[in-house]
Amino acid sequence: MRLAILTDIHANREAFEAVLADCAGMRIDRFVFLGDIVGYGPDPDWCIDKLIEMQAAGALAVRGNHDRAVGVPDGALNANARRVIDWTVNRLSAAHKAFLSGLPLTVAQEDLLFVHASANDPQDWIYVTSERHAMPSFRVSTARVIFCGHVHKPALYSQDMTGRVMGHGFGYGTGVPLIRSRRWLAVVGSVGQPRDGSGLASWSIMDTERNELTFRRVGYDSATTARKVRSAGLPEALAARLVKGI
Amino acid sequence: MQMRPHTGLEIDGFTLGEKLHTGGFATIWEVTHPQHPAPLVMKVPTILDGFDGPTIVGFEVEQMIMPRLTGPHVARVLAQGDFARMAYIVTERIAGGSMWQAFKRAPLPIDAVIEMAARMAQAVHDLHRQHVIHLDLKPDNFLQRPTGEMVLIDFGLSRHDHLPDLLAEEFTIPMGTFPYIAPEQYLRQRGDLRSDLYALGAMIYQLATGRMPFGEPETLKQVRQRLWRDPVPPRALRNEIPEWLQEIILRALEVDPGRRYQSAAQLIFDLTHPLQVRLTERAHKMAQDGFWTVWKRKRAMKKVKSFGTPISMAGQIDRAPILLVAVDLSPEMESLSHHLFLAVQRMLVIQPDARVACVNVLKTARIGIDQSTDEAGNHLHVSRLVGLKAWATGFDLPDDRLTYSILENSDPASGILDHAEAVEADHILMGARGHSTTRRFLGSVSARVVAEAHCSVTVIRLPERRKALAEVEESAA
Repeated sequence: MRLAILTDIHANREAFEAVLADCAGMRIDRFVFLGDIVGYGPDPDWCIDKLIEMQAAGALAVRGNHDRAVGVPDGALNANARRVIDWTVNRLSAAHKAFLSGLPLTVAQEDLLFVHASANDPQDWIYVTSERHAMPSFRVSTARVIFCGHVHKPALYSQDMTGRVMGHGFGYGTGVPLIRSRRWLAVVGSVGQPRDGSGLASWSIMDTERNELTFRRVGYDSATTARKVRSAGLPEALAARLVKGI
Repeated sequence: MQMRPHTGLEIDGFTLGEKLHTGGFATIWEVTHPQHPAPLVMKVPTILDGFDGPTIVGFEVEQMIMPRLTGPHVARVLAQGDFARMAYIVTERIAGGSMWQAFKRAPLPIDAVIEMAARMAQAVHDLHRQHVIHLDLKPDNFLQRPTGEMVLIDFGLSRHDHLPDLLAEEFTIPMGTFPYIAPEQYLRQRGDLRSDLYALGAMIYQLATGRMPFGEPETLKQVRQRLWRDPVPPRALRNEIPEWLQEIILRALEVDPGRRYQSAAQLIFDLTHPLQVRLTERAHKMAQDGFWTVWKRKRAMKKVKSFGTPISMAGQIDRAPILLVAVDLSPEMESLSHHLFLAVQRMLVIQPDARVACVNVLKTARIGIDQSTDEAGNHLHVSRLVGLKAWATGFDLPDDRLTYSILENSDPASGILDHAEAVEADHILMGARGHSTTRRFLGSVSARVVAEAHCSVTVIRLPERRKALAEVEESAA
């Protein structure tokens, strides 16, 4: 089975559509969404509708901190993020909100675990940004491969037979064999607000038969998204960062 | 539950037969499988009790890299097993033996040295093109198919340019086989394909002289000496070794990767074009460097922590391409060949390490006397060579990066295609003659080269006034 794993779409319709178009040629059997469908971006209603439609067709989805903040105020969000959530809440229907609050924190499929942030305490929204931060996820879970988002920068960690965790370099577009002598944690980059210095939308394919994970990047019309952010009166910084991927 | 390999063991449909080899880190078994009639072997890592780090990680690296490799220079992988029960990799069995036997007979006749060296370099180039640096090249890791191709084995220390490098992430000691390990590997750099060229150089040295260039060091401290101590020049050990071969060997063994061959293809090129190898002082050297030179080098090397590493393998291969330029020297094509010259010159600006192989095809009669044997034919050959060299005057390239060949073929396209294959060309540049009815029916040389070449082809055309536009202008007049 080939899984397309998308995360941190952040109400960015153009990026979401570009990734779905990229998926079209990739023989995807199932979509998995790792949360944060809303926040930061100008098209929350369209993105949720698309997600609802895809979930009905078999897609899996978990909840992110921005999705939760729509229903329950989150003091941990920064000022810009909070402003966009306030704006978003007014644009969403009751059905949208109910959908977001109904999302689970984690979803498992066979030996794979999907979660928005660190798996050790999914509600604490801990960033997995280093080997040290990856360790707790391996400790609490028995899954062979853990997928998370939240960081907006793609990364790959493994835990060897002695329990040691290490980060790995990887290339885009080449399937990395997730050899079974190790356990793996993949931080899937962000579709709608990449922050690793590249403005290209980031997503991943997990091929469970070949046991290979492929990181992908795809270009999208970020200028249009930035324009929409500005005309919606959302913070300028959120528009400017999209083009540069910062 | 852990299983241990033994004759008669059945696992995943494979039945273990005789044990073929016991190595330091693994055992090799003959295996059979009802669905695979061809001869197979299984490699099983020897895991000592407890956690045996380097062996396990080395095997993990092989399990990651080997299934991705294709082509005649690697053994095809059929299956692999998990550490949970018993880790293994099953591959096709290569009928020929390891090169180790041939190395035991060294020094070999010069012809045999050249042929083996070129075949080994071909296998290495094929591997590099698949984004893998072997990093443990030695005689035991080359097998030869009955058809002649060398097959590389044992990828436990290898590095794939696009995959996680588990070894670099886990271990910090230099790893490799001491007699063949490159200086930068000693300095813990694992990202340079030119490390493999160094090992090839050490092996060609051994084939030619019967000795290893740096003996058989047993400690890292002894390995370190190759950063400043130069090997005894091969010709001092065996004076029938031609100067050009010594030039090739010592160039491959340069301490600074930047002074070696920049790709295996370039090494193959020199091995197969001995007359065009540019001889430097390396070729004429008959003794090791003197005490003061070595002492100064040792002092300088004390500060060296690393050599410049290429950004990526693909980048390195692209940076040092072989450009094959097919030049049409007929007088009416002068202006086209000038355009071709300008195009090559532009490419050399962005690819300063490129090597340019200029060729001209001497069309021979399909049937009849071989032109090159009579006097007129010989004269033609020489005059074409002179013409080709005249054409290339003005390329700002050292001699060793600019070569000339006159190809004789009844079919110019085949001549160019065969030569491109033989020199592992990365890019062909050639001119296309204008449009004519004959060419429309018979097909043009450039069109065939474009269609059949295994590399990029750039076709240069003279800017031509578009016919339709010309007609409009004429009718307006």
